[in-house]
Amino acid sequence: MGDGSHLGKVRGLGSSGHGSQHWLQQRLTALGNILLVGFLFVSLIRLPLGDHGAVLRWATNPMVALALILMVVSVFWHLRLGLQVLIEDYVHGPMRLLALVLLNFYAIGGAAYGIFTIARIALAPVVAGPGGM
Amino acid sequence: MAVSILHRASGDGLAIVGACLFLWWLGAIATGPEAYAAFVACIWHDPSPEITLFHQITNILGKVVLIGLTWAFFQHLFSGLRHLVLDTGAGYELKTNKLWSTVVIAAGVFATAATWLYIMAGAL
Repeated sequence: MGDGSHLGKVRGLGSSGHGSQHWLQQRLTALGNILLVGFLFVSLIRLPLGDHGAVLRWATNPMVALALILMVVSVFWHLRLGLQVLIEDYVHGPMRLLALVLLNFYAIGGAAYGIFTIARIALAPVVAGPGGM
Repeated sequence: MAVSILHRASGDGLAIVGACLFLWWLGAIATGPEAYAAFVACIWHDPSPEITLFHQITNILGKVVLIGLTWAFFQHLFSGLRHLVLDTGAGYELKTNKLWSTVVIAAGVFATAATWLYIMAGAL
């Protein structure tokens, strides 16, 4: 480590070594998104979206629930990588660290909420009588 | 260059607005028919005869956001496919590059228009 100048702080440290991994993951999740978001798009076009019962029947199908969970993983992973690059381009100084922490909260929290909700829909009892669960 | 900034703009829109709307929709499905009806009444159409001013605004806003997200989806999909091709080292000749940039933007607008014409044809 040097005397605190910008160059001195990074001299000799090399690159972080994660650039190519980031690049590759962005592309691999992009391929996943083409398939899985494509599936969601076609489903949304074909479903009677105003009918809760019809949407529920669709979402409780195990293959649909599985595809939706995979989609949430692929999409939130992809958006975390993409928004990270956005932050690194436009946010500087100590705010950058805060922005990256908030991004991780959003990406991981959003994905967890999505997966949990899909599982809740798929595993809920079909007939929920009074007092029953 | 325009395609590049549109790729970022559409991606950010999908990542924030699109993802949040999707999670809201999932939550409404899971909560039950009343919550789902409230969700639809907010972002699409409130069937109540005494519709509130708030819902009058959100019904319009919801459609604007949904059309915007449709465009962002197609724009990001097509410009993303263009990036995957460019990654292979192909398509950097000036004429080819310019042609596909134009095609990507036109295809995004065309696919969005086609989708909403299909939706409106079904609604009529």
